[in-house]
Amino acid sequence: MKDFTKMFLNLTVVGSVSGVLLAGAYHYADPLIQANRERELKESIFVVLPEAKDYKIIEKTVDKQKLVVYEGLGVDGKPVGIAFKADGGGFQGNISIMVGLNLDYLRLKGIKVLEQVETPGLGNRISEPKFEDQFKGLEFTPRVEYVKNKKPDRPNQIQAITGATISSDAVVKNINNYLAKVLKEFPKEEILGAASKEDGHRTMTSTEAAAQKKH
Amino acid sequence: MAEDSANSLWYEFKKGLWQDIPPFRLVLGTCPTLAVTNSIKNGIAMGLATLFVLICSNVAISALRKYVAVQVRIALYVVIIALFVTLADMFLAAMFPPISKALGPYVPLIVVNCIILGRAEAFAQKNAVVPSLMDALGIGLGFTMSLASMGFVRELLGFGTLLNFRVLGDWFEPWIVMILPAGAFVVFGSFIALVNWISHRKAAGSSSM
Repeated sequence: MKDFTKMFLNLTVVGSVSGVLLAGAYHYADPLIQANRERELKESIFVVLPEAKDYKIIEKTVDKQKLVVYEGLGVDGKPVGIAFKADGGGFQGNISIMVGLNLDYLRLKGIKVLEQVETPGLGNRISEPKFEDQFKGLEFTPRVEYVKNKKPDRPNQIQAITGATISSDAVVKNINNYLAKVLKEFPKEEILGAASKEDGHRTMTSTEAAAQKKH
Repeated sequence: MAEDSANSLWYEFKKGLWQDIPPFRLVLGTCPTLAVTNSIKNGIAMGLATLFVLICSNVAISALRKYVAVQVRIALYVVIIALFVTLADMFLAAMFPPISKALGPYVPLIVVNCIILGRAEAFAQKNAVVPSLMDALGIGLGFTMSLASMGFVRELLGFGTLLNFRVLGDWFEPWIVMILPAGAFVVFGSFIALVNWISHRKAAGSSSM
């Protein structure tokens, strides 16, 4: 019986003390971690939409899935482009890309690979500027395509990385998938219209979002 | 007596740096040793995170050693270790997000690093707080050194850089295999061989005298 009490006390006391300590640490660490994530997101939006000085989060629920786009706002508060995240499987794991869309809805403004675990030296070259820069000003009708071992000859083509076709293909596929969804759910008229008048959608600028979080 | 205890404390510290250096001698903690040593920076960061957890857990377990019920000791140690690992993980994510990203799931996995549970079982539960602290310092620094030296070789050969500074010129074609898992095994094996070779020579040298 004495053993039992001792075991019971041991586990209870150590468990509760650890729990309290962790809760306390979390209280301090969590806002910092959130702020880091937000800053990272903001930086990646500003990379694909270089003229943007602020951004607005627009959310929609499609088939119970949340679709989020970020509308980049220029110095004068006018929209300069749309950014969205495209996630999907690569050669070894998830590839997450931030895509910038031109307001004319005909060309991409640029992409930035946020996360990838492709093979070092081969597939991971998708995150090098040499590959990413090919998407600047790229046309995407009817879709983005890639060619192998030669210079692209159409305005909607990029050149795949030699020895990393699967990774290049994954990037292109992710972009096409999400592009189709975004084009369907966030048509040009809606985005440009929302800039002049506030309609039913939940839209807010990043500063408003931060202010709301504090409440 | 005071001299004696200072000597033995020094011994507890020193043994982790060579005689019992964790990955190369005890061949413990090999998972992070292989996984995150593709650059010096990642190796050092992982080593320091482990050092922190090791110091805290050794001190806590040694301080609690008289109150612990033997039947549940492993469960207790794991809770204590998990506490410090989670703290370290949160600290890295809050203060050094790029490092936290590079180390990925390997920081939470310190929980199952056998070095830490091993030191708790083999040392901290039988010894007072100060020797346990010295033991943790020695083993932790030895581990950090091992990871940093693995990172040194792999980063130099795999990227041609050291701490992200280019040290080998354009003539150097990086050996990509060195930053892949295969390279980790090759470097790890070579280090174990090197450490054994040096200590064999040392042993031979001292016995012939």
